[in-house]
Amino acid sequence: MTELLQQLINGLSLGAIYALIALGYTMVYGVLRFINFAHSDVFMVGAYAGYFLGPKLGAGSIGGGVLTLAGAMAVCAVLGVVIEKLAYRPLRGRSNLTVLITAIGVSLLLQNTGQKIKAVGANPRAFQFPGPDGMTRGLFPETQLHFRSLTISSNQVIVLVVAVVLLAALWWIVHRTRIGTAMRAMSFNATASSLVGINNDAVISFTFALGSALAGAGGVLYAMNYPSIDPLMGTLPGLKAFVAAVLGGIGNLPGAALGGLLIGLVETLVSGTRVSTYRDAIAFAILILILMFRPAGLLGKLRVEKV
Amino acid sequence: MSTLLQLDNVTIRFGGLTAVSSVSATVNEGELVGLIGPNGAGKTTVFNMVTGVYQPTEGRIAFGGQPTAGLKPFEITERGISRTFQNIRLFPSLSVFDNVRVAFHLHLKHDSVHSLTRGPKFHREEVDLRDRTLELLRIFNLERVQDEPAKSLSYGDQRRLEIIRALATGPKLLLLDEPAAGMNPAEKLELMKLIQFIREKFQLAILLVEHDMKVVMGICQRIHVLEYGRKIAEGTPAEIRSNPAVIAAYLGSAAEGKS
Amino acid sequence: MVLPKSQLWLVVVLLVAGGVSAFSGRIDPYVLDVAMGVGIAITQASSLNLINGFTGQFSLGHAGFMAVGAYSSAMLTTTLGPKLGVSTAVLQWVLFPASLLLGGLVAALAGLAVGAPSLRLKGDYLAIVTLGFGEIIKVILQNVDAVGGARGLVGIPDYTNLFWTFSVAAVTVYVVWGLLNSTYGRGFLAVADDEVAAEAMGLNTTRYKITAFVVGSFFAGVAGGLYAHLKGYLNPGGFDFNKSIEIVVMVILGGMGRHVGVIIAAIVLVVLNETLRSFGEYRMILYSLLLIVLMLTRPQGLFTWTRRKPSAA
Ligand SMILES: Nc1ncnc2c1ncn2[C@@H]1O[C@H](COP(=O)(O)OP(=O)(O)OP(=O)(O)O)[C@@H](O)[C@H]1O
Ligand SMILES: [Mg+2]
Repeated sequence: MTELLQQLINGLSLGAIYALIALGYTMVYGVLRFINFAHSDVFMVGAYAGYFLGPKLGAGSIGGGVLTLAGAMAVCAVLGVVIEKLAYRPLRGRSNLTVLITAIGVSLLLQNTGQKIKAVGANPRAFQFPGPDGMTRGLFPETQLHFRSLTISSNQVIVLVVAVVLLAALWWIVHRTRIGTAMRAMSFNATASSLVGINNDAVISFTFALGSALAGAGGVLYAMNYPSIDPLMGTLPGLKAFVAAVLGGIGNLPGAALGGLLIGLVETLVSGTRVSTYRDAIAFAILILILMFRPAGLLGKLRVEKV
Repeated sequence: MSTLLQLDNVTIRFGGLTAVSSVSATVNEGELVGLIGPNGAGKTTVFNMVTGVYQPTEGRIAFGGQPTAGLKPFEITERGISRTFQNIRLFPSLSVFDNVRVAFHLHLKHDSVHSLTRGPKFHREEVDLRDRTLELLRIFNLERVQDEPAKSLSYGDQRRLEIIRALATGPKLLLLDEPAAGMNPAEKLELMKLIQFIREKFQLAILLVEHDMKVVMGICQRIHVLEYGRKIAEGTPAEIRSNPAVIAAYLGSAAEGKS
Repeated sequence: MVLPKSQLWLVVVLLVAGGVSAFSGRIDPYVLDVAMGVGIAITQASSLNLINGFTGQFSLGHAGFMAVGAYSSAMLTTTLGPKLGVSTAVLQWVLFPASLLLGGLVAALAGLAVGAPSLRLKGDYLAIVTLGFGEIIKVILQNVDAVGGARGLVGIPDYTNLFWTFSVAAVTVYVVWGLLNSTYGRGFLAVADDEVAAEAMGLNTTRYKITAFVVGSFFAGVAGGLYAHLKGYLNPGGFDFNKSIEIVVMVILGGMGRHVGVIIAAIVLVVLNETLRSFGEYRMILYSLLLIVLMLTRPQGLFTWTRRKPSAA
């Protein structure tokens, strides 16, 4: 029983990270109807941004950790907007395939330049920061909390708290601000939204900023809990988050959050069994099952293409 | 004359919008029927339901006495319904010739394996298909551009090519969605003559969506009128011309500045 | 009986491949190695071209299907070969082609399993599903001890020679060309151009897409078998995403849906990789830039000078 509860907590904190990434996929899909392949590498850049900003912003304390997290989010937001401007915007109106290939190009570019830049390098680096005593420490102060035989690391709590705060902020932005309303209008009908005077380009930039910031936060949180980072680290979590977005119903924000949590839970539960070595394959088995039986996802509605 | 196509209380909703509401209508064998109505009345949506692109939310569609519910679009084409699209949907990168010959698909005797063995039978069929394709292209005088990619044709020629392509599937019922859109009056007149000619030559029933009243009244035997997804009238051109509901619908939409 | 011209071509290529292969002992081993690499690349690129180029789908898992074929075929020759007690020549000329066929068939089955659920949906999904498939295959191969697990599979006999690589390449090109050059085959292009219109003209678009996917996967599997018996060892990491991308780049450079352009692209990329070995480190960066710049400026590919010939009946 405690075993299961323990797994549940581990699964939730992993799932929360997937949820943060999945939201970016789903938001971009909502407004542009395309899968931003490079999203998983923005996540990776987020982790590195945390790695490099951490020492300057006071990693090791709660304040420093929060600052680092915010810094990484800002870096990713800018990166997302730049990618969209340079690579995707010139292709507006071209075939889906053209944009998809470009996105793959951007993804590979981020991964491979990362490996060739000296400061980053191809080898994994520990996501640890030098402390005043010469010892290394994590981004946030770390302790283990014990409830009977249940162990929860402070990092897991931080992941959950940050995720909840960010989801609440996102909900507020999407439902209570002008730009959020414009986003929803655009994902409902892009032509109509431009007709009623919404600046679609601005909405798209904002969507990329928002989605990339969430991915950046996801990157830092992921690095904290799996304390090593490398330029290819984004691929698998990115793929799983994409599956999460499809599972929840692509284009649907609560769906992405739900999908992320589910994937995280399933994956953690599988890790605890004999077939644990297959845990990376689970997400794709789930993907194929959804595509077969419920292509619109759990919360999504199937759109009818207008002919 | 027996009923070819029958719609019974057909309704379709997209989210909150009821695009077509409880429409019943028939098309008989060999008949030329008009489907008219203001913009957004649901004409194209009716075509999409008949051809299996959309499934009706309620009601029943039958073709040749058989219900078509659940059939995929290609299966409906197989049963003998073919169409053109309001927003031209040719195969843009294929040649004019290939656009037509690919539509003989349902009648092919060869498949992937024969495409590899390429025996004498395969060649005979390909020669035969070439002749039939050219014969169709000649109806609209398009054989002179047979090697051009379809996207390079003029707008009017693209519309004509779409009709030919639809004919190649060997339909019993042809659905034409605004085939004369964008043509000048002389071209329209010529097109309508050709439509009549096609109907006789291939012994087809035709369901025609067209905004130009003169054209519709001139060639259709019967007309169905839609407004806001509902059927408001049905009858011969003379009856429709004097139907107060139709006049109101068209005056109303004209007053709103629509065509 | 006179063969159709296209089949005559095929026979000529097979004869030349056999003839040159007979003298391969006199060819510089390095050149020979590169030449066989070219043959395999042509097979990979042409088969992917059927899926991504002609049929307008987008698979990112070609390396995965190659892996399936490579392991299947290598398992057959390494386990069955020694037990048969026949001469090497028999093994190379009978068992080996049988193993290639097996590799192709297993890969085709995998293609069917992956393609059937995802091809009904839009193209982007296929890209991700095939990418995911590649990852699953890697995980499975790493975990199955019977095929060597993460250490890989070693001691595969070197049966691959010039004849086999170029015969397979020629057959692949012929099959793709033949499939497309018929009234039936124009359906692949129609599906790529407009699926809704293709359905309305009576084409079973799902069937076309699955056919393209299965045939493409089959030849990827055969190419995998050739690769296995060329290198002599296999490791799961060798069939990663980057490998798939390499093949995708060939297809895109060659102009997606051009027979000759894609063959040229395959040759050029293999030779380029060899001549610029030092530069290999930066290969993936170059590829990624190439993809972006091409899509922005020249989406029709590099090795394409003429318009696609519309009809050749
Ligand atoms: N796939 C769809 N999703 C949502 N709404 C749709 C869809 N297809 C059609 N509609 C709506 O259904 C209504 C009827 O549209 P339809 O295209 O059938 O009209 P129409 O009579 O053909 O008009 P027009 O003369 O302008 O072609 C419109 O309000 C349209 O927006
Ligand atoms: Mg219409």
